[in-house]
Amino acid sequence: MAKVTVTINGERRDVEAPPEMPILWVLRDVLGLTGAKFGCGMALCGSCTVLLDGEAIRACIKPISSAAGKSIVTIEGLSDDGSHPLQVAWRELNVPQCGYCMPGQIMNAAALLARNPSPTDAEIDETQRANLCRCGTYPRIREAIKMAADRVTVGSGGGS
Amino acid sequence: MTRVAAQPPADGIGANGVTRRAFIRTTAAAGGGLMLGVSTAWGDRGGVGPALATASPVVPETSFSPNVFVHLHTSGEVEIVVARSEMGQGVRTALSAVIADEMEADWSRVRVVQAPGDPAFGDQNTGGSQSIRNHFQRLREAGAVARRMLEQAAADEWSVPVKECVGHNHEVRHEPTGRTLGYGDLAEAAGNLAVPEDVALKTPNEFRYIGRSLDGVDNLAITTGAAVYGADVRLPGMVYAAVARCPVVGGSARSYRAEEALAVPGVIQVVELPAGPTPPGFAALGGVAVVAENTWAAFEGRDALSVDWDYGPNATHDSASYREALQEAVRAAGRDARSEGDVDAAVADAALTHSAEYYMPYLSHASMEPPACVASVTAEGCEIWAPVQDPQLARELAAKMLGRPEESVELHVTFLGGAFGRKSKPDFVLEAVSISRQLERPVNLTWTREDDLRHDFYHPLSVQRIEAALDGSGRTTGWLHRTAFPSISATFEADIDRPTDGELSLGCTTVPFDVPNLRCEACPAPAHTRIGWLRSVSNIHHSFAIGAFADELAALTGRDPKDYLLELIGPGRVIDIWEGAENAYGVDKSALPYDTGRLRGVVEVAAREAGWGRSLPAGRGLGIAAHYCFVTYVGTVAEVSVTDGALRIHRIDTAVDCGLVVNPDRVRAQLEGAVVFGLSLALNGDITMKDGRVEQRNFHDYPILRIDALPEIHVHIVESDELPTGVGEPGVPPVAPAVANAVFAATGQRIRDLPIDLTAT
Repeated sequence: MAKVTVTINGERRDVEAPPEMPILWVLRDVLGLTGAKFGCGMALCGSCTVLLDGEAIRACIKPISSAAGKSIVTIEGLSDDGSHPLQVAWRELNVPQCGYCMPGQIMNAAALLARNPSPTDAEIDETQRANLCRCGTYPRIREAIKMAADRVTVGSGGGS
Repeated sequence: MTRVAAQPPADGIGANGVTRRAFIRTTAAAGGGLMLGVSTAWGDRGGVGPALATASPVVPETSFSPNVFVHLHTSGEVEIVVARSEMGQGVRTALSAVIADEMEADWSRVRVVQAPGDPAFGDQNTGGSQSIRNHFQRLREAGAVARRMLEQAAADEWSVPVKECVGHNHEVRHEPTGRTLGYGDLAEAAGNLAVPEDVALKTPNEFRYIGRSLDGVDNLAITTGAAVYGADVRLPGMVYAAVARCPVVGGSARSYRAEEALAVPGVIQVVELPAGPTPPGFAALGGVAVVAENTWAAFEGRDALSVDWDYGPNATHDSASYREALQEAVRAAGRDARSEGDVDAAVADAALTHSAEYYMPYLSHASMEPPACVASVTAEGCEIWAPVQDPQLARELAAKMLGRPEESVELHVTFLGGAFGRKSKPDFVLEAVSISRQLERPVNLTWTREDDLRHDFYHPLSVQRIEAALDGSGRTTGWLHRTAFPSISATFEADIDRPTDGELSLGCTTVPFDVPNLRCEACPAPAHTRIGWLRSVSNIHHSFAIGAFADELAALTGRDPKDYLLELIGPGRVIDIWEGAENAYGVDKSALPYDTGRLRGVVEVAAREAGWGRSLPAGRGLGIAAHYCFVTYVGTVAEVSVTDGALRIHRIDTAVDCGLVVNPDRVRAQLEGAVVFGLSLALNGDITMKDGRVEQRNFHDYPILRIDALPEIHVHIVESDELPTGVGEPGVPPVAPAVANAVFAATGQRIRDLPIDLTAT
């Protein structure tokens, strides 16, 4: 057991956990943040995706020690009230079916938009191929990312 | 579209139907207001009632079992309790919208509440694409009754005739004077009224929500991470568990050594779970559970455990040699499941005969949420939170296992993170309950992906053989279809050695072709693993073989595949192969006949929208297939290319006729999802078994479609005023044959085995 200091959704936390424990299980079972989901445990499905210093990571394999001194953002912290452009677009286009993979899909897309505010279809595919959806919501995921990107771009003064 | 003999049902849409008091009751409402209990069709568990009764069902007062509650609070808030499980099909939104529409409730004031597992709610088993089909009409009537009671309460308040009072958007208006009273203000008085005898339903042009694409009621919870799935429940003192199960079904633990597991930091305890029965049924498989302070430690502890397994009688099961055995089986006569005319004579007299064999492997559901459950067993009771399709079954079996009355078990239905049939089997719930009982603590059990893929109730491996006789003009005059696959029933009954007639009626004996000499046979295929329902069930493999073979016959006779398919289907007519009043889906045949005119319709629409017949570059092709199942009709066209041996799916056009559409956007979403599901099984799905155990582990060797392989998907909804039917499953079956036929059009290579492997000879 070790103490790891990490900022989670803007709040500094001292976490007691074995250093090799994957971030996912620290979030879910130690801190009670259940938005990130378990799907494969091998970084194959993306259900567990969260942001680590702004970068999308698969929390099911990344040890908590790698987050020491860094900042983690989960779906619970993406916005206070579900108002992130991706969350809004997701609802407007009725992307979710069962919804289980959606926190991971949204967090993965959030990292994409942060580094590329107007991604092409090919760039969306290249990024989102890390995230599986068994319900098959892919057509709407693509559209929702584009819708959010358009709004972010407009909102930030035309693609700055 | 031609329609023959499909008479509109007597109380169909648009008719000002008469409600049936027998299934609507006022109920005492906590906190006052108006509360209605509604007993919808299939209200009694296990009973297969008329889906849309044409005669008033007789429901004795004492057996009234409401499975939807509508509760109008005095605040004006409407709570609708939905007793079906939400797994992405949008049932919570759709069923509530139907009630709210006829009730003239303001949608923004409607709140959906999930029912616990309880026979008081009638049959809650969510499967078979039946929620809309079986609830639509009665929920409308319930909404209309609520509205009428509010109108009556307003009429009483104003001392005016009720016919002058109209409920509209959450208030009742007195037409002559323009006075209004809000629904909340009327709730108490309405709740004291008798349920009215005769209530008019809306005509379709009056619908407020039905036919409109309402947003999913759970969108906010899902997109903010607040939606609670099986493993998301947190209880004080809760521990986390993982289970080591015998890799072979029917095996058991001889002994185990816990020391290494207990040495893993965070591991608390190791407990044994008794071996499951033979045949396995819904029971837990048994094994050894590792309990820990968190899920990760439980996984690590489970991996460190050493168990000496007795692998049991299925340890020699090998899917490759099993396939060969089934090939032998379909080359001999099986048990007749449908026989018309004289197929043998047709073959003997034929100008031309053709036969082909089709193969599909075992498939796993692989929902993104693996099985997971939280259970808390105490001396007094048992509380369960689980993502289950059949909550009453889970509750009943948990109570039985505990040796306690069902009333002592409380089962909360969480969101289901995908299910596709897997979560109608509560084996994982029973594991959690068993562990919690032994520990006397709340337990959170999570299956790993490996557990999920290796201990599923698999879609069966199948081999089929179809032989056709053709006359000199190329018309098909004889059709012999033999199908062999282990039956779902074998999971429950030891002496089942081949598919049942029920399974054959999912696509095989329901072949829509107008062929005078036709025989369908079930061939031997004893089960060696757990077989279960997977989205569309046997329709998947039957549609593949029939759709691909129809395309072969077209090629053989030099005909256009779409034209030949329509010729095989023949003129629009009603097909009736079922004895009694109901079809294989428990539906009143007179209300919803199997109408090949509607099947022709989806073929035509899909073909037209896909630009069937347009010229394509070399290496590109279009393929078509159509299928009827779960009382819904779907036609699909695939456009594919093969370049340097690489198959790419460019576009899928899928046309659906599911009668009147409650939520068009959700129907589209379900069909889009069905296309993706169908492509996954056509291109990738392949569970193999060796020495009785599954060889695949995770998504690297059991891949499902990723977004970068997604084709354009175009869904076309056929406008219809027929009664509404379900769309969860019917979109899946035509996808694989349409793709296989498109590959042939592109390359001349026949696809008879799934998943598609262009390198196979």
